Amino acid sequence: MTEAAALSARLDALNRLYGHAIDDGRYEQWPEFFLPDALYKITTRWNHDRAMPAGLMLCQGRAMMEDRVSALRTANVYEPHHYRHLIDPPVVTRASGGTISATAGFAVYRTMQSGVPEIFCTGKYVDKIVEADGRLKFSERIVVCDGERIDTMIVLPL
Amino acid sequence: MTLFDWNPEDFSEIPYAFYSDEQIYRRELKQVFQGEAWNFLALECEIPDAGDYKTAAVGDIPVIVVRDEAGTVNAMVNRCAHRGNLVCIDEAGNTERLTCVYHNWTYDLRGKLASIAFERGIQGKGGMAADFDRSSHGLQRLRVETCNGLVFGTFSDEVPPLADYLGPEMRANIDRVLGREMEILGKFQHGLDGNWKLYIENVRDTYHATLLHSFFPTFGLNRLSMRGGIELSEGGLHHLTYSIGATDRPESQYNARDLRAVKDGYALNAPELLDTWPEYACGTTLAIQSIFPNFSVQQVSNVVTVRLLLPKGPDRSVLIWWILGAVEDTAEQRTMRLRQANLIGPGGYIAMEDGAVVGWVRRGVAGAEDRNSVLAMGGRGVERDSDSRCNELSVRGFWQGWHGLMRDPAA
Ligand code: FES
Ligand SMILES: [Fe+2]
Repeated sequence: MTEAAALSARLDALNRLYGHAIDDGRYEQWPEFFLPDALYKITTRWNHDRAMPAGLMLCQGRAMMEDRVSALRTANVYEPHHYRHLIDPPVVTRASGGTISATAGFAVYRTMQSGVPEIFCTGKYVDKIVEADGRLKFSERIVVCDGERIDTMIVLPL
Repeated sequence: MTLFDWNPEDFSEIPYAFYSDEQIYRRELKQVFQGEAWNFLALECEIPDAGDYKTAAVGDIPVIVVRDEAGTVNAMVNRCAHRGNLVCIDEAGNTERLTCVYHNWTYDLRGKLASIAFERGIQGKGGMAADFDRSSHGLQRLRVETCNGLVFGTFSDEVPPLADYLGPEMRANIDRVLGREMEILGKFQHGLDGNWKLYIENVRDTYHATLLHSFFPTFGLNRLSMRGGIELSEGGLHHLTYSIGATDRPESQYNARDLRAVKDGYALNAPELLDTWPEYACGTTLAIQSIFPNFSVQQVSNVVTVRLLLPKGPDRSVLIWWILGAVEDTAEQRTMRLRQANLIGPGGYIAMEDGAVVGWVRRGVAGAEDRNSVLAMGGRGVERDSDSRCNELSVRGFWQGWHGLMRDPAA
């Protein structure tokens, strides 16, 4: 396997683990995919294309991601539901100076109490990833949703 | 219960049928949205230059908002005067002329029909009817007025000028929040699984804030025991609820175990989320304002948003919201605004429940067309103001305004 193919395979595995952690409801594991000072943002294509700084969720650092998880466990009120992430194999856009830039398309189905999975969101991850202690971690994950509209509410990370 | 049988008395009971009835919905589009009301269309900063346009909507009617060569903002129905095609298909852009792609009729930036393709036919054959008068076939225009960078339009010739429609109290708050050069930090849409009025009621409902959302009371952003109040414009049409932080008194009720929203020992790992600066001299830390029928200006700490709710049928609605910042913000202030934006919107710590509750009420009232909701908190009827936010008076005020436009059986 070439070095590039090996890297792609590792990133692909990272994305699958990430998606499964959320889809299986292991939300406490979600911040662990990030570096302590990482950026996580959910935005839309319209906003991303115009470099709009605000997000639907904006976590500057892992502590804010942990707060998202504790809020969804203890504070916020919502109808129980879960996601199913389908994530494309990643495309590595740049790998230099220890930081890997990559993107991957995704579709997330959401199953609410009606019991019917519905497409909640499609979009792409725009990522910066670094290797720390032999593990790949996100230093930045921008979730760019294709649509402008969030249906009803969003409490679980994408 | 039909609309014309309804005797609202003091607006303390509302028939559930009004949230799902197809005829009520059709009538609202005519009597409320196309009626004697000003509809929010756009922010002036979305169309800063001559020729800039964007598409908007008044109820279900597609609208174009465009700045002409003289700098004036015009609004026209986005419907070609020929055979009804959408003139602007894209969401926004810049143009010298508005051109319908179907048969290439063109309009100037005030909606006047400027040219017709093959008007005189081809080689002397065809061409428009001899008596066709271009000047009477422009795009249908709306009355347009602006206030602190907000563009409003109406189809009504009767509705008073915007400044009178808003009234002095409402104008004062809009000016307080938006009376400086603002810019857009983000724009999002929120799909709601219920009738538009369920969300409007929620915006005007000060009673639920600390009960449904536990972030408010836990972190001291807003408790009903803070100093604050409710103001209504004349007739109850618009509302403003506000609170002033740092005035909170210990309130025994909030320690009561039976209030689900209050959780002990809940602390943030990243409390900087709630870092604020005193942006307003008056000390107001929360101001939620609704402008009849479907527009809202909101200040939650340093997060400034404007929101427009579009009806999409009796059972659906879409909220469009713009997050704003002041052009003069320092980098530090901007960071605080963006962090605090985590509080609001469909994923907002203190707001995500609002979208959900619209759908829950829609499902809850299924089959209850002959029953009523109760709006008796804070008494009955529509007073002009209250210094207690433990009150549903602004919701009653909305219904009074709504009924005023809907009730005439001859209309
Ligand atoms: S419909 Fe517009 S030119 Fe014919
Ligand atoms: Fe709310």
